[in-house]
Amino acid sequence: MLTAFAILVDGLVYAAYLFIVAIGLTLIFGVMKILNVAHGSFYTFGAYGAATAVGIYFDRGLPAAGGFLLMALFAMVLGLALGLILERGVMRLVYGRDEVVMVLVTYAAFLILEDIVILIWGPGSYATYQPLLAAGNTEVGELILSNYDLGLIVVAALLAMISFWALKFTRYGRLLTAVIFDRETAAAFGINVRLVYTVTFVIGAMLGALGGAIMAPKIAVTLGIGVEVIVLAFAVVAIGGMGSIEGALVGALIVGICRAAAVHLVPQIELFVIYGVMALVLLIRPYGLFVRAQPRKI
Amino acid sequence: MIQHSRIIASSAFLAAAAAVFVLPDWMISLATIAFANGLVVLGLIVLWRAGLVSFGQALYYCIGAYAVALVGRWTGITDAILLVLIGGACAGLVSFVVGFLLARYREIFFAMLSLALSMILYGVLVKTESLGSTDGFSVIVPTFLGYAPHQDGLLAALYWLVLAVCAIAALLVDAYFHSVAGALAVPLRDNEIRVEFLGLSVSRLIHTKLVISGLLGGLGGALAALAVGHVDPNMSYWTTSGEFVFITILAGAGSVGPAFVGSLLFESVRSFAVAMLPQLWQLLLGSVLLLTILFLPQGLGSLITRLRWRRGVEAP
Amino acid sequence: MLDRGSTLGALGLSCLLVSLLGVAIEPARAQNAAPVKLGIVSFLTGPAAAPFGIPGRNGAEIMIEAMNAGKVPAPFNKAGFGGGKIEAKYIDETGSAANVVTEFRNLVQRDQVDAVVGYVSSGSCLAVTPVAEELKALTVLYDCGTPRIFEEKPRNYVFRVSPHATMDNVGAARYLLAKKPDITSYSGINQNYAWGQDSWRDFTGAMQVLAPKITVDKVLFPKLFAGEYGAEISTLLTSKSQVLHTSFYDGDLEAFLYQEQARALDKRMTIIATTGEAAIWRLRDKMPNGTIIGGRGPNGPLAPDSELNRWFQKIYSDRYNVPPTYPAYQMAMSLLGLKLAYEKAQKGEAKPTTDEVAAAFKGIEFEGPSGKVKLAIGNGHQGISETAYGTYRFNKEKNEPEIVDIVRFPAECVNPPAGINADDWIKEGMKGAKC
Repeated sequence: MLTAFAILVDGLVYAAYLFIVAIGLTLIFGVMKILNVAHGSFYTFGAYGAATAVGIYFDRGLPAAGGFLLMALFAMVLGLALGLILERGVMRLVYGRDEVVMVLVTYAAFLILEDIVILIWGPGSYATYQPLLAAGNTEVGELILSNYDLGLIVVAALLAMISFWALKFTRYGRLLTAVIFDRETAAAFGINVRLVYTVTFVIGAMLGALGGAIMAPKIAVTLGIGVEVIVLAFAVVAIGGMGSIEGALVGALIVGICRAAAVHLVPQIELFVIYGVMALVLLIRPYGLFVRAQPRKI
Repeated sequence: MIQHSRIIASSAFLAAAAAVFVLPDWMISLATIAFANGLVVLGLIVLWRAGLVSFGQALYYCIGAYAVALVGRWTGITDAILLVLIGGACAGLVSFVVGFLLARYREIFFAMLSLALSMILYGVLVKTESLGSTDGFSVIVPTFLGYAPHQDGLLAALYWLVLAVCAIAALLVDAYFHSVAGALAVPLRDNEIRVEFLGLSVSRLIHTKLVISGLLGGLGGALAALAVGHVDPNMSYWTTSGEFVFITILAGAGSVGPAFVGSLLFESVRSFAVAMLPQLWQLLLGSVLLLTILFLPQGLGSLITRLRWRRGVEAP
Repeated sequence: MLDRGSTLGALGLSCLLVSLLGVAIEPARAQNAAPVKLGIVSFLTGPAAAPFGIPGRNGAEIMIEAMNAGKVPAPFNKAGFGGGKIEAKYIDETGSAANVVTEFRNLVQRDQVDAVVGYVSSGSCLAVTPVAEELKALTVLYDCGTPRIFEEKPRNYVFRVSPHATMDNVGAARYLLAKKPDITSYSGINQNYAWGQDSWRDFTGAMQVLAPKITVDKVLFPKLFAGEYGAEISTLLTSKSQVLHTSFYDGDLEAFLYQEQARALDKRMTIIATTGEAAIWRLRDKMPNGTIIGGRGPNGPLAPDSELNRWFQKIYSDRYNVPPTYPAYQMAMSLLGLKLAYEKAQKGEAKPTTDEVAAAFKGIEFEGPSGKVKLAIGNGHQGISETAYGTYRFNKEKNEPEIVDIVRFPAECVNPPAGINADDWIKEGMKGAKC
C-alpha cells in the first residue's frame, strides 16, 4: 500500500519536472513548427541564473520565501533576454526554410551557448540547495516527502491551468491557437504572425529557464545539465503530440508514473522506460496522443 | 555534365588514395574515420531527399560496429572485407525489419521513433556487463585476404579499404539517384499523395530507402570499428546520430560527393577547434555550423553547383 | 568541354581542406635534447570537468610549473625532467571513442609529444591503450579505474601509477566491517554504467567474502547524470538497510545528497561514498556527518602527513583557492613517477628514448604526496598503494570539513596480487591478502 502511494507521489513529482521542462518546447513547436534544441540552453541558463541569484540572496540571510521568488524571477528575466536575442538575432534569418535546417540552427545555437556558459560561469559547479532544504519535509508513515517536491507539483499544476486559461480565454491565446492551426490562414486574416512567433519563442524561453531555475536547488548546477533535459522534453512532447499542452501534461504523467513504478518494482528497466513508452505510444497513435485532425493537402 | 563530374570524382579518388604516401599518419587516420562516417551521412542523404530525417542512424552504425567486434572476438574470422560485409548485412537486416514499422511515420515522429530505437539498443548494451557496458571492448586487428599488415601498413590498408567501400557505395548510390526509384525521392518529399495516385507504393519506396540507409550506416560503423579499434555503447547514443545529421546538413542533399567532403571537413574542423581552443571548441564548431546554414543553405554541394551555374550563365 | 568553374570549385575546396589541416600542424621542433613535450588529456568540458577533469588539469599545471622551476622537494628537485623544460599541451577528453583516439594520434604523431598523461574515463583508457602500444607512445593513465587495462594483455608503453578501482570498494567493505560490524543489511545506489556496475560488483563481492551473513536489500541503478532521485530515495526510505553504498561522484553525488537530506534519509542509513573526498570542499556542511568517505586512495585529507604532501597542498591551494582533491593528487603522482623514470633512464645530458624510459618505469617504487606507491602488478606497469577510509565530520568551530577515524589498509590487503584478475581474486575469497 505504501509502495503504491510512493509510486504515485514520485510519479507526480517526476511528471511535474517533465511538464515544466516540456511545456516551453511544445509551445514553440506548436506555433513555429520548430523543434528547439536550444531549449536545453534556456534550461541551463535558468539553472545557472538561479544559482547566482540564490547565492547572492542567501548570503545576506534574508527570509527563505523571498529566495524562491527571486530565483524564479531572475531566471525568467534571463530567459526573456536570451529568447529575444536568439529569436531576433538568429531565428529571424532562417524563417521559411526547411524545418530540419531550423532545427540545425537551434542545435548550433545550443553548442555556442554551452560554451558561453563556460565563459560566464566557468567550468565549476554551483550549489543552490538553500530553497530545497529550507522547505522542510512531511512524514507520511514510513515515507518522508520533501515539501519542495510537493511544491513542484503545485507549480506544475498552476502552470498547466494558467496556460489553458491563457490559450482559451485571452485574446492573445486565441491568436496563438489560430496560428497553431493554420499559419497561412491566420496571416490572411491579418494576424501579425511574425510578432506571434517572437512572443511565443520568448515565452517558451522563459518557461525553459523557469524549469531550470526550479530544478536548480535539487541538482548540482554544472555543465551538461541541458543535454539530458533535451531528450526528455522531446520524448514527452512526441508522446503528447506536438503543440498540445494537454498532451504534454498527459505525456509527462504517463512517463512519470511508469518510471516511478519501474524504479520501485522493476529497477532493471528504468533506463528504457521513457523510450519504451514513447515507442509504444507512437505505435498506437503515430502522431502522439492529442493531435488535431490535419486536413490532407493534395 | 555527368561525364565531367565523373572525371572530377575519379581524380579526387585517385588523389585521395595516393595521399597515403604524402600525408602524415595522423591525417590518414583522421581521414579514414571521416570517410567511414561519410558512409552513414550518405545513407542520411538518401533519406533526406525523400524528406525524412532520421535521428537514429546511430542504431545501424552501432550494430555494424558491434557485429564486427563480436564476430572477431567469438569466431576466428579476421578478414576485414568479410567482417565489414557481415557488419553491413546485420545492420541492413535490422533496418529491413524495423522498416516495416518506421515506414509509416513522417517528420518529427519518424525522427523521434528512430531515436527511441537507437536509445533502446544503447540501454541494452549498457546493461550488458559481459560486453564491458559503457567501457566497451576492443576490436581485433584485421587481416586483408590473408595478408596481415602492421602499423603503417595496417593504416594504409584500412584507409584503402575505406576508400574502396566509399567509392563503390558512391557509385551505387549515384546510380540509384539516377534511377526511377531514386528520382522519386523528390516527389515523395513534396507530395506523397500524388505519388500514390500515380499507382506507386509509397511505403515500399520508403522501406527501400530505409534499408539502403541502414546498410550504409552499418558499413560505416563496421569500418569505423576497425579504424578506431574500439566499440562502446556510445556509438548508439542520440548525440552520435545528431552529429551525422549535422554533417548531412553541412553537406547538402544534392549529390554524393559532398557526403565525404563534408565529413572530412567536420572532422578536421573539430580537431582543429580542440587543438586551438581546448575548452571552447564547441563554440567554434557551433559557429561554423551556423555560418554554413546562413550562407550555404543547400550545403557544401551547392558551392560547386553555384560555380557551375555562374559559368553556365556567362557562356553566350 | 571542360567546365573550369566546377573544377575550380573542387580544387578550391581541397585547398581549403588541406590548409585547414595544415594550420593545425604545429611547426616541427628542432631535435633538441632539452624540452620535454607532454600531452595532458582530461575532461575540460561536460559534467565530468568540474569534479575530475579540471582538478586533474590544475594538478598538472601546478606540478609542471614547480618542476620547471626546480621547486619540488627532494628527490624530485631537478629542474623539469632531468634538466629539460617541460612543455605541456592540454586536450579535452570529451567526445566519442573515435574522437579520443584521433586526438591521441594527433598528440603523438602531429604534435610529437614525448609522453601522454591523462584520461579519466575508463572507456577512453581502454580505447587509447592499444593505440599507444601500436604507436610505441609512452602513456601514463592517471585517473581511470578499470582493472582491465593490464589484465587483458601485457603492455609495454602504458603505465598507471594510480591504483585501480578494486581497491576502493574492497577498502570500503573492510572499513565498514571494522566500524559497524553488527549491521544486518545494506543497499546500493550506483550509476548505471561501467563505473557504477563495477563498483557495486566489487563491493558486494568483497562483502560476500568478508561477511556472508549480511544481506543486500535494494539495488538501484539510476541513469548516469539523471539528477532527479525522488523515486530512488522513496524506495530507500522503505528499506530496512542500515548502510547505503554509492560510487556516485560529484554532480550526481551532490544532487543525491541534497535531495536525500531534504527527506532525512541519512538519519536512517549511513552512506558510504567511495569517491566522496572530491566533493567535501563544495558540499561542506551539506555532506551528512557520519558519511564514510573514500578518496580513491590516500588523497586529500586521507593522505599521510609528509613534507611533500604539505607542500603540494600549499602550492595548489594558493593558486586555485581550494585544497587539491584526489584527481589532482593522482595527476601529481603520475607526473612524479614519470619524472623519476625519465631521470633514472637518463644517461648524462642526452634525452632518453621511449624504450629506455619504459624500462626504467617498470616496477618503479617511490613516495609522493599520496604516500608510497609501487608498480607491483600488471607486469610492473600498474601501481598499488595503501588505501584509507574515514568518517566525515563538519567542524563547526573551524568551519571546515574534516575526515576523522581514518583507518589505513596496506597495499597487499586491498589490491589483488600479481598474476590474478581483480574480479577472480575477489570471487575466490581474496586469497593472499595481507592485512
